[in-house]
Amino acid sequence: MTDKPEQKSSLWKDAVLRLRKNHAAMVSLVLLALIVSACLVLPAIPGLLHDPNALNLPNKNQPPSAAHWFGTDHLGRDILARVLGGGRISIAVGFITTLVAVTIGVMWGAVAGYTGGRTDAAMMRTVDVLYALPFLIIVILLGKTLEPITGGLTDFFVNLFAGADADTRARNDTRAWVEPITTLVPLFVAIGALSWLTVSRIVRAQVQSVASQEFVEAARSLGLGHLRILFRHILPNTVGPIIVYTTLTIPGIMLFEATLSFLGLGVKPPYSSWGILIDEGANRMLSNFWLLFFPTLFFSTTLFSLNFLGDGLRDALDPKSAKD
Amino acid sequence: MAILQRFLQGMLVLFVLFTITFFLIKALPGGPFQSGERAIPAHVRAKVEAYYGLDQPLHIQYTRQLGNLLRGDPGISMRLEGREVTEIIGQAFPVSLRLGVFAMGLAILTGIPLGVLAAWKKNSIIDYGAMAVAMIGICIPAFVVGPVLAEIFGRRIGMLPAMGWSPADPTSWLLPAVTLGLATAAYLSRLTRAGMLDVLNQDFVRTARAKGVSEMRLLVRHCLRGGVIPAVAYIGPAFAFIISGSVVVESIFAMPGIGMHFIKAIEVGDAPVILGIVMLYGILIITANFLTDLAGIWLNPRLRKS
Repeated sequence: MTDKPEQKSSLWKDAVLRLRKNHAAMVSLVLLALIVSACLVLPAIPGLLHDPNALNLPNKNQPPSAAHWFGTDHLGRDILARVLGGGRISIAVGFITTLVAVTIGVMWGAVAGYTGGRTDAAMMRTVDVLYALPFLIIVILLGKTLEPITGGLTDFFVNLFAGADADTRARNDTRAWVEPITTLVPLFVAIGALSWLTVSRIVRAQVQSVASQEFVEAARSLGLGHLRILFRHILPNTVGPIIVYTTLTIPGIMLFEATLSFLGLGVKPPYSSWGILIDEGANRMLSNFWLLFFPTLFFSTTLFSLNFLGDGLRDALDPKSAKD
Repeated sequence: MAILQRFLQGMLVLFVLFTITFFLIKALPGGPFQSGERAIPAHVRAKVEAYYGLDQPLHIQYTRQLGNLLRGDPGISMRLEGREVTEIIGQAFPVSLRLGVFAMGLAILTGIPLGVLAAWKKNSIIDYGAMAVAMIGICIPAFVVGPVLAEIFGRRIGMLPAMGWSPADPTSWLLPAVTLGLATAAYLSRLTRAGMLDVLNQDFVRTARAKGVSEMRLLVRHCLRGGVIPAVAYIGPAFAFIISGSVVVESIFAMPGIGMHFIKAIEVGDAPVILGIVMLYGILIITANFLTDLAGIWLNPRLRKS
């Protein structure tokens, strides 16, 4: 098979066409874009939303109204601002952790599939062993173990960005945006460290099938190095399945973050995520249903969209694979 | 031969699991006798740590723990002073086991028939409805479903207990089991639908229909066995999922199961309890995966050669 550029572009065009015919996937894409951009952009505009952490006790337990679209909680905090702010954290955890997991998985699978032989066998047995571990249990333990490093990490980055000799005010300003990210590092690492297994299996199978094709042999006979063959000639041909499984990995990881936060082992107050908001809402749903309803609406819609989009992408990019 | 190989692989997994868990616990911040409201005087703490062997070098602690586990005795809890880990697990495990088995049973009994029905009536309102319900089951997490069910059935209608657990009262297991099994039922129905569709598209189905086999008999006798293979292959991972999920569900419904002990043990670094629970879960998951593979081989004769 020759590797003609125009053929390649038509493969992608076909995929886009197939995806656009899939109404569920297109609606999901739009919903996802709306939620993600709302969470990323709106809290950043000064004066638009209430402060998500500002206490306002005279206004506590308000049902949704013109002033507070999603109502307020038992401390008078605005739920709209909290849902969007929490969404930032949930989305950040979902995307960054997936990036960690997919990067490890692609590297692992590509090396195993390309090398073959004993290395491949050893690497894939490792994956088998990790597959059999009680996942949530290990993640909880790993996250808990990594917790103490966050303090050091925060100090390190504050020194890096503000300078060690900056005044207290400047350091506190830097800390205000560094800390929410560094406190999440244990989550990224703990969840990412065990979420790459499926991706590595898929990439390995893809790499194996591509590596046996003639254009790879041609590249080899031209005297190209292994790294160049792997990264320039083989991996670009596995991008489709990688995109599909990246999309399908994100909702699983977001669910994980929310579960850990629900158990009090994930994101820590005063920072909130959808998992934390759902936990708070579930405790008070009897009188204040909106505390549970809005975070769940955003969270579940995001998971819904990612799953439908992933299914749609799989049908579009990877028509041969089995649908489940 | 293959079974022996699987057994050895299982042992290897358990060994890796033990090693990872052991060193993670050692790296846990604090420790059972360092944190807490009441400060323990240094000389008392030294004695207590010596009692649990925590003053020994790491490699000695490691081999001692491994030996203890191999004898089936993880030791004495550090949090609940004086209680054997085996005793704690012995009390809590039946609760978790019953919850897990009940949830798994519900998931299989609803998920697989729903998937068969959806595949049979492909692209009908039944199919779309079933798959929409399945998607909801996947996307709305247990920690929303649980409290909402408890609210509606436990408090508003009041026909089922909203919390707690009693061995004598089967209705108290229902809400937790539904909460725990819902996501698994959803996955199973999606997998069953896909598997059944593959089978229903094959030529022998047309032949069977042409010779006048009834639809019921066609689905159950001719197609089910091949169609449930993907779902059956998922039962092993689903079991692992249910085991982990029971930690969440037990915390929602305040059930005195393994999950509650695990969370508390993690919070204070109670090493013997953590190790005991992790190893128990490891053994259960390996066994479930093994049985799943056997079931897959039984269903799919093409796999029997190897």
